[in-house]
Amino acid sequence: MTMLDRRSLLITGGAAGALFALSPAIAFARAATERRLLFVLQRGAADGLATLAPVGDPDFERLRGPWAEQALTGARADSFFTIHPNLSAVTGLYASGEAAFVHATASSYRERSHFDAQNLIESGGAKPYAVRDGWLNRLVGMLPPDGSRALALAPAIPLALQGANRTSSYAPSNLPEASAELSERVSALYSSDPLLSSLWEEALRTREMAGDTQMRNLRNAQQTGQLAASLMNGAEGARIMMVESNGWDSHAGQPNQIGGALERLDAFLGAFRTALGESWQDTLVVVATEFGRTAKPNGTNGTDHGTAGAAMLMGGTVAGGRVIADWPGLKQNDLYEARDLMPTLALEAVLAGAIAEHFSLDPARAMVTLFPGRSATAKTGLLRT
Amino acid sequence: MTAVTIAWNRFGLGARPTDRPPADPARWVMSQLERFDVRPAAIAARPTTAEGVAELTEFLTMRRQARQMQSVDPMDKPSATARRDIQQSLMDDMAARGLVAIQSDTPFAERLVHFWANHFAVSVAKRQTSGLVGPHEFEAIRPHIMGSFRDLLQAAVLHPAMLTYLDQAQSTGPNSPLAQRAARRQAREAGINENLAREIMELHTLGVGGGYSQADVTEFARAMTGWTVAGLPRARQATLLPNSAAWAGYQHEPGAKTVMGRRYNEEGAKQSLAMLDHFATHPSTARHIATKLARHFASDDPPPAMVARLERAFLESNGDLPTVYRALVASPEAWSNDAPKFRTPWDWSIAALRAVGMEQIPSRNFAGMLRELGQVCWGPAAPKGYDDIAASWAAPDALIRRVEVAERLARQAGPRDAMALAQALFPDALNDGTAAAIRRAESGTQALALLLASPEMMRR
Repeated sequence: MTMLDRRSLLITGGAAGALFALSPAIAFARAATERRLLFVLQRGAADGLATLAPVGDPDFERLRGPWAEQALTGARADSFFTIHPNLSAVTGLYASGEAAFVHATASSYRERSHFDAQNLIESGGAKPYAVRDGWLNRLVGMLPPDGSRALALAPAIPLALQGANRTSSYAPSNLPEASAELSERVSALYSSDPLLSSLWEEALRTREMAGDTQMRNLRNAQQTGQLAASLMNGAEGARIMMVESNGWDSHAGQPNQIGGALERLDAFLGAFRTALGESWQDTLVVVATEFGRTAKPNGTNGTDHGTAGAAMLMGGTVAGGRVIADWPGLKQNDLYEARDLMPTLALEAVLAGAIAEHFSLDPARAMVTLFPGRSATAKTGLLRT
Repeated sequence: MTAVTIAWNRFGLGARPTDRPPADPARWVMSQLERFDVRPAAIAARPTTAEGVAELTEFLTMRRQARQMQSVDPMDKPSATARRDIQQSLMDDMAARGLVAIQSDTPFAERLVHFWANHFAVSVAKRQTSGLVGPHEFEAIRPHIMGSFRDLLQAAVLHPAMLTYLDQAQSTGPNSPLAQRAARRQAREAGINENLAREIMELHTLGVGGGYSQADVTEFARAMTGWTVAGLPRARQATLLPNSAAWAGYQHEPGAKTVMGRRYNEEGAKQSLAMLDHFATHPSTARHIATKLARHFASDDPPPAMVARLERAFLESNGDLPTVYRALVASPEAWSNDAPKFRTPWDWSIAALRAVGMEQIPSRNFAGMLRELGQVCWGPAAPKGYDDIAASWAAPDALIRRVEVAERLARQAGPRDAMALAQALFPDALNDGTAAAIRRAESGTQALALLLASPEMMRR
């Protein structure tokens, strides 16, 4: 991978002695693992019944009315579920056995606040705000040193990546770059400030990895997918990455809103897969949301905050082409609190199990470290490895 | 940090080159509560809530007509110009907010405006709110921050911006006259949307764990049906009330309702107002607001003694906000040097613009700058508003962007004595390292950029 980009000028040009110590060539020895994990968090509570529709459930049409008809136009995942028509790239991966869905899954959270639920799915704690760091950060600590570079594709570091282990963030901007001379002096300016100096070093390293992108923001899903792949590719690429996906809180006019959000997610994933090339064989992609939505539409052609939803596993190591679910049914008595899809599979168990298998970790230890205080056992058998 | 530096930075928006250190910093902060200008010229010149609502309804009408004409992309064609106008107006609102902040002689009061606007966040992430989010702060927040929390709450959550943002305007009681009429015509069933009701309880008043259940949320949502925005398709005949809220009785779910153990008789709009009043003075609300204020002004980990003091001030004064602010300024924890707050992008931008003595704000550049720094003005991703802790803002890429902006601002600001400026902005509080970096800089521009990017400027 060529590192000759505009950032290199920082290091090669002028009196750059102090900066040279921060050069990625030195900071990154060869990665100790080739395995990669991309975690996509759908913020706002994605509707699993729209993503992967249980058209074979006799109560689905009764509950969802005209939405159920549209669900029939999606590709068949099996005799029971259809995949939303806007998920064409995901459907392709599913057909080739490289994508699996997990349905009727939820974290241990049973209330309906986005913010508490996102705190849980990012911190990995069993109660909101009980755990201060993020589970992806703790995962970094479980991986071999130097092979565990972790990055958020965002201007700031989300909670899931915050914690004791060093992580970083990157997002393209349209600001003119600071001059090499100023950058060099800022390094000196921050040298006696532990927080600022470590942020600054990390920033310079990540910018170098990203290379000379023409992107100015993360609005284009396809370009974002390509950028994510470029930051994970190569020996020095990130081994753990988190991407945030927005636009799932569909209280009103849900079909259009979900349709657009799924289309963007699909474009992102498709471009990511293509651009990742051979590294796909070593990659696991997990897509999850904080909770699902109400089973029945509300009064404004949308849905309100619910409980269980659907998650996706993708990548070269996934034992795909199947839906993993202990389907609870949609009869009024089968719903959680008579309104939401009933959770029958702990999301934490799915995440810990898949990630343990992917990185060859002990599943029980992964469960305890990433999601402390759970009674569920890590679910294994999700990957082919 | 000295008391002057804390007054200027932690309680204020950063010093300007012409500022002179106050003799009594705490008194200077406190005096701003009386000197606050509710409607400075830059804001008085902006469109009102009523104009924002008119713009929105006109836009929705045009969009509906476009749909009826079966244009390929209903969001485009005839309404593209209208959308551009709304966008420009939003950027001008943002610039007006920035201008008031950089010019203000009562920066503590302006900080309180920003705090409350974020507490009652309406996000431009939902496009329909574009023309209303500015008026929401200017006309619902500003006039009430020196009054009672009860009045502030009512004005903030019943403003058209909030009613639109959290889907309240559409929420319809299943037994309301409107729903019954729809049922007779076999039209689509109208129903409850509990989004705003939930966020009022969780975010604006009681807080998580504040003692309410899902049943309370649903019941409160039923009581809230009827609050809407006059002029919207279903609400043409709604009655306009003060603060631009509108009541459509024909959308309201009739009947007595019980929320958190209290029974409320059917009294139309008064029913939900009584519930709001109950929440506004509830002990859970006092705790929630006290915690947020202590976190904002003292430390990411709110000092328990300080929270308890603010909570008491809130409860004993029945939610009189100046009483709570006085308890805040009187709290020694807020004047402690131990854990300075990491500035948010908004705070840092305003402090940097004040530091170089900027007097004008080009609207497009200002909105763009905030976006690139990672904090779109009025643009949090969720109704919770922007986070208020260092972990959310102190990130590598975010820092590099501040340095980039610092260099650009330094170029625009032109030549000046950066060392003298540094000493004026941080009297007795300039780090040796920053002073050395400024002294050794190879140009005045570079020296100024280093000052703007210095550790002192990153924290407050």
